[in-house]
Amino acid sequence: MALDSKTPKGPLKDKWTDYKNHIDLVNPANKRNIDIIVVGTGLAGGSASATLAELGYNVKAFAYQDSPRRAHSIAAQGGINAAKNYQGDGDSFYRLFYDTVKGGDYRSREANVYRLAEVSANIIDQCVAQGVPFARDYGGLLDNRSFGGVLVSRTFYAKGQTGQQLLLGAYSAMNRQIARGKIEMFNRHEMLDVVIVDGKARGIIARNLVTGEIERHSAHAVVIASGGYGNVYFLSTNAMGSNATAAWKIHKKGAYFANPCYTQIHPTCIPRSGDYQSKLTLMSESLRNDGRIWVPKNLDDVMAIREGKKKPTDLSEDERDYYLERRYPAFGNLVPRDVASRAAKERCDAGYGVNATGEAVYLDFASAIKRYGTEQSKIHNISNPSETKIYELGQAIIEAKYGNLFQMYNKIVDEDPYRTPMMIYPAVHYTMGGVWVDYNLMTTVEGLYCLGEANFSDHGANRLGASALMQGLSDGYFVLPYTIGDYLSNDIRTGKISTDTEEFEEAEKEVAERIKFFINNKGEHSVDYYHKKLGKIMWDKCGMSRNEQGLKEAMVEIKALREDFWKNVNVPGDANEMNPELEKAGRVADFLELGELFAKDALDRNESCGGHFREESAELDGPQKGEAKRNDKDYAYVSAWEYKGEPADAVLHKEELEFNDIELKQRSYK
Amino acid sequence: MNLTLKIWRQKNASDKGKMVDYKVTDISEHMSFLEMMDVLNEQIINKGEEPVAFDHDCREGICGMCSMYINGEAHGPDRGVTTCQLHMRMFKDGDTITIEPFRAAAFPVIKDLVVDRTSFERIQQAGGYISVNTSGNTQDANSIPIPKKDADDAMDAATCIGCGACVATCKNSSAMLFVGAKVSQYALLPQGQVEATDRVLNMVAQMDAEGFGNCTNTGACEVECPKGISLENIARMNREYLSASLKG
Repeated sequence: MALDSKTPKGPLKDKWTDYKNHIDLVNPANKRNIDIIVVGTGLAGGSASATLAELGYNVKAFAYQDSPRRAHSIAAQGGINAAKNYQGDGDSFYRLFYDTVKGGDYRSREANVYRLAEVSANIIDQCVAQGVPFARDYGGLLDNRSFGGVLVSRTFYAKGQTGQQLLLGAYSAMNRQIARGKIEMFNRHEMLDVVIVDGKARGIIARNLVTGEIERHSAHAVVIASGGYGNVYFLSTNAMGSNATAAWKIHKKGAYFANPCYTQIHPTCIPRSGDYQSKLTLMSESLRNDGRIWVPKNLDDVMAIREGKKKPTDLSEDERDYYLERRYPAFGNLVPRDVASRAAKERCDAGYGVNATGEAVYLDFASAIKRYGTEQSKIHNISNPSETKIYELGQAIIEAKYGNLFQMYNKIVDEDPYRTPMMIYPAVHYTMGGVWVDYNLMTTVEGLYCLGEANFSDHGANRLGASALMQGLSDGYFVLPYTIGDYLSNDIRTGKISTDTEEFEEAEKEVAERIKFFINNKGEHSVDYYHKKLGKIMWDKCGMSRNEQGLKEAMVEIKALREDFWKNVNVPGDANEMNPELEKAGRVADFLELGELFAKDALDRNESCGGHFREESAELDGPQKGEAKRNDKDYAYVSAWEYKGEPADAVLHKEELEFNDIELKQRSYK
Repeated sequence: MNLTLKIWRQKNASDKGKMVDYKVTDISEHMSFLEMMDVLNEQIINKGEEPVAFDHDCREGICGMCSMYINGEAHGPDRGVTTCQLHMRMFKDGDTITIEPFRAAAFPVIKDLVVDRTSFERIQQAGGYISVNTSGNTQDANSIPIPKKDADDAMDAATCIGCGACVATCKNSSAMLFVGAKVSQYALLPQGQVEATDRVLNMVAQMDAEGFGNCTNTGACEVECPKGISLENIARMNREYLSASLKG
């Protein structure tokens, strides 16, 4: 099947407006006869559910958590981008579009990104109307901060809890529709398969996680908004329950999976402290507005610090290597995430890591505290302020901006980041790859849509900070409600979809058999045993830098691990009750397939772009020496994989990327 | 460190349940409390028994899913943290730790340490929203300036994570801190004014219908709240309620 992105014709800036003017609509009376299933209630799924219900469709929403408010969008910290140009610093739709395409290393679809930039401003208006308490300045207007990879201030925020506030906004909009009966909410339910009837997605099989009951649910269209697959690495900043099962199940039923190797390793996370570690905690990118990243210049100082003979605060300015400011003078500490992560790895690999494991660099707020303190003493007319006074005043500003992050750090590491620099190291955070979708956000299966992090479309090979929230809400509030209507306008005479059919029967049977297998297997090893092993293969061989040999080994090792899993996994308890181990078993089984496809995709893409760094493809000399080397001639395409049984047998389909409104250049932040 | 754990085990909602003793060894002080629970569960699974079910997800203190009552305190002995952010450095070698679910009539136990908090959902559905459709045509976000203090206070109220520690801690199992936080967030913002009267009346009515008790005025909820939600929010809700009742 040839991939058709269905991108509308015409000039870039008119495509979306023109598209909206010409699509078919469903009249309000007919919307009442149409059912839509939405899987996932994060920013994408929550905003889509609420908006579709407001429009009049009957929505059935599913979440594995006990409330939509717990979806992992809640943990997003720093902010949300929007091209409002409130700061008058030269922002525009085009500039946001340009920054996003460049930040994604020219591997995203132009038309989708431009649409994202266009609707970004509406998101802020909508959220304020919902009562989202964004940060404001003393004049009562909305405040902005800067994020990596851009030269304007376009990030709106609510302390370090922007994701929480935006999700609670979408959740409140959902609650209004749940109260009206327009959304039927299925908490503690997990989708375990999609049901396809005559080539169209017509329902799902879900497990009630409290009773263990397997349920059939039908609809005229199915929307997957189940987030990313970062937990394939076991350790990531994702929630413990974040999983790829919904996305992987639809892949196995015909939806192509795109660019699985594009993973974002976030530069500023709290380093791991031991083998028992269950997850990693992000320290928001917003901290790089004020924090400066460094390691000692001399290896002697590194050793002294590791042995506890010296403290980081003992080192003078010229004993420190602010390596991002040194290597990238134009963007400094605010280079994009992939660049910052690789630079940290480079220093740590060279032996400059500052903790016992050698995998940590400093993020230092001392100069920001001093700068703010001095400014504040001027504002408050304090003449000759003491060092302590300056520090006090500066600390108050930092606390107001990032207080909750500093508290989180303090609780985890047991050190006071106001007094000593934070230690940070890169960790798996976000997956740019995902289910392939066209301009309508429809997958390669008719009537099956995919939104938010679960799809692949907007961030190319690297996502800029504060753009995930923007994409999730854009897809759910402003894009899908239009595009799905165009499709459903053909379904107004279909009537209720029956669940009493062969297709539902078949799908339910498959799900039930797999559960039965897990419960009866009584093998030797726990699910986590396999998940941790998979994570180690992924991190060692598909992590921040990748090479041909390692990727080939990863494919072999993952396959072997998968085979062992299916022989020896041990799932205690029963099927007909709440059983967290059973839930995990199903998710890890899917990760064990996805991981192999991931490695296969990374092997195929013999270029470096964004978060995907192939050691074979780096600049060898000149001013960009050591930086990633993209290859537009051979790889300016989206890799969309078709399922054929074993992940190794997946078939590659290419969507060639066309760039008409942006010039392909080396991505330089120097 | 080596620890003795006394954990509430309950097969399902209809089971009576009981405390069961477990031993764990070689626990690092850098572990989070839930990582210690992972070690215990791995140990239980390898023995062929059924692990302890508990709610958890983000493990960074924001999703509100984790909910353990540890040594008689919601989220355990530390302040300003959820169970997932509690670290083992708060305990000593040889300690005995009691672990129970969040208990309240409106939070029935589902299994072991997992409770059903859908009563909170129904309270939110009774009025925890502003009725504005998604259109893309709402007025510009900066058209109504909001005093910084009001915006900051609304934000402080809005940081509630809906974990239910306030209820578990309260002798009367009152949900007034939870409801007060939501009512306050909207009461402090101009966008929330239009529906303010109905909102507070409906949310309070639903709170009562769910079987949450009255405020004890002891302030235990504020002490145990992982997000430091202030008692002022209860006071504000009471004012809003009184004025709504007089209008209503």
